[in-house]
Amino acid sequence: MGIYDVITGNDAVAWGARLSRVEVIAAYPITPQTTIVEKLAEWVDKGEINARYIAVESEHSAMSAAMGASAAGARAFTATSSQGFLYMFEMISWAAGARTPIVMAVVNRALGPPWNIWSEHTDALMARDTGWIQFWASNNQEALDSIIQAYRVAEDKRVILPAMVMLGGFVLSHTAMPVKIHDQNKVDQYLPPYNPPHYVLNPKLSEPFAYGNILFPWDYVKVRLSIQKAMENSIDVIKRAAREFEEIFGIWHGDLIKEAYTDNAEMLIFALGAVAEQAEATAESLRKNGYKVGVVKVRITRPFPKQEIAKLANKVSHIIVIDRDISFGWDGILAGEIKATLHEYKVDTPVTTKIMGIGGDDILPSHIEKAVKEIYSK
Amino acid sequence: MVKTILDELIETDEFLLAGNTACPGCGSILALRYVLKALGKNTILVIPASCSSVYQAIYPKVSFKVITFNVAFASAAAVASGVKQALIKKGYDDVNVAVWGGDGGLIDIGAATVSGAAERNEDIFVFVYDNEAYMNTGIQRSGSTPPGARTTTTPLGKIVGFKKPMSFLMLLHGVPYVATASIAYPTDLYEKVKRAREIKGFKFIHILSPCPPGWRFDDSKTIEVARLAVETGYWILWEGGYRNGKINLNLSPPSRPYKDPSKRKSLEEFLKYQGRFKGFDEHSLKKLRDWIDYQWSFIDNFTRDHA
Repeated sequence: MGIYDVITGNDAVAWGARLSRVEVIAAYPITPQTTIVEKLAEWVDKGEINARYIAVESEHSAMSAAMGASAAGARAFTATSSQGFLYMFEMISWAAGARTPIVMAVVNRALGPPWNIWSEHTDALMARDTGWIQFWASNNQEALDSIIQAYRVAEDKRVILPAMVMLGGFVLSHTAMPVKIHDQNKVDQYLPPYNPPHYVLNPKLSEPFAYGNILFPWDYVKVRLSIQKAMENSIDVIKRAAREFEEIFGIWHGDLIKEAYTDNAEMLIFALGAVAEQAEATAESLRKNGYKVGVVKVRITRPFPKQEIAKLANKVSHIIVIDRDISFGWDGILAGEIKATLHEYKVDTPVTTKIMGIGGDDILPSHIEKAVKEIYSK
Repeated sequence: MVKTILDELIETDEFLLAGNTACPGCGSILALRYVLKALGKNTILVIPASCSSVYQAIYPKVSFKVITFNVAFASAAAVASGVKQALIKKGYDDVNVAVWGGDGGLIDIGAATVSGAAERNEDIFVFVYDNEAYMNTGIQRSGSTPPGARTTTTPLGKIVGFKKPMSFLMLLHGVPYVATASIAYPTDLYEKVKRAREIKGFKFIHILSPCPPGWRFDDSKTIEVARLAVETGYWILWEGGYRNGKINLNLSPPSRPYKDPSKRKSLEEFLKYQGRFKGFDEHSLKKLRDWIDYQWSFIDNFTRDHA
């Protein structure tokens, strides 16, 4: 271990789960996530990882089984995309309410009808209200590393919330890149075994109790407030987890955000995942041509990095938000959240929404350059 | 003095506390009481949306003396699968993991989930307390409502649909233990659960649980109605499964006499107590008799081929 290899985003995710010593895997296939569950199945069958593999009969059951396993004290993992993500949606919500720190990889894919298997971010963004922590990977190294960081954050006793790690369908999932596959000992140093601090379904370890039963509204409010508090706590936990990851592994992906070319920028481009990396490459060439453009990769959408974004926005005269998603009748989802953030922090920098790449349509550097130049020309 | 099974049933620990919020005369909670006595304290209950979600009592109180995990409607058998797999991984594979839910959650909305867990032969119990409708939400029809029965969504009686033969379906999945039971025969139920405990693999136990408000009978008559269900041949007590390369189905002693239709009490004896069968027309009566004949005929054919 501790080797370099050229692997796909899905294989990187599988390595992340393997190195995190996941204990129960709930697996259901959907394009473009399938090679994750296939890789894990191969390793389980060969005895290379020691995890229980449940080949469930639906995504709804995948999240249900992962939740049950986590509630019984095991480190649980699952993965899905698009329609499968929507099919398990009520259980996604339930898992957060049940405070089960599952990690799920979401390989972003457009929603049907019509059928579309290519990359779009609307799927995972739909869960931004559920109480899950949301990581967005911009390259395969980050995909692998974010799985490990996600467990570290999710299982922290100040958080205890599930976390999803997104990667663009085909753009990352099926594209091979050089990735450092870390030494298991180093990962063990970074990520200790899961030890539930709150409750565990095990009569050998706990007195009888009931979880999740009916209660009156005034008690419900307190329970839900604790989720909001956990989200607020997670901001510091995420920052520390990223910092310590850099100390041990020497790799920095950003914490809540990652900036590129932001020094003395006049304009900033905000984006998620691989789109941000594309924007970064475009910004490099724009800079060479005299456009003072910076890029902010929004790495975490929940908890939303309000402070960080407001602070950066305050220093520039214009913002472009690239949304590879759409909330019909509203706006690009990321743009809408950024606009609300700026209002809250009384920053009046204008924001332009650019909806790009819907249904996996290409986002080319020329598209991004055009958006930037349009604003400069005004 | 020789101890009978009834003595044992009476003397084992109670895991159901008084002060639960079940309706007076509830059949389901009686069944749970016997089941928990047979399972013992080394048990986790996974409970989907159902009457049992509510009769646990309202936070901060709970009336079950075992760990109970409340989950969304269709998910119970999959959650239980995850719980069990985690316990196996952690070295606690002798803990009983049991789904406890109604016909709505386990025969309708959760049918695929139950089927998937059965196909994987997960080492869990799935107990269905069948009160033959969505009782918790106010008596709406389910796939397990018998033909002709009135519910709020079948006000003139259930005309569309049969009573889904879930236990036969489970038997055909080839799982090692399937049984039906009744609250009017508590020692039969208790012994079945004890036998099931010895088996590794998927165990399905389907318990007819009459519901006074839902079936519309006086809440002092629950046991009588449950007993008449068996005595009229409406509900058949059997036990079976696929073990050691052989699939079998055996009638339980209380139902054996009723294999002979002439020994059964008249169906009207069972129907007359229940408001849900009031104004029962000839067509519905025929469909109900057909369903009863269907069950007995399946058992006959099955036991003949697989004796």
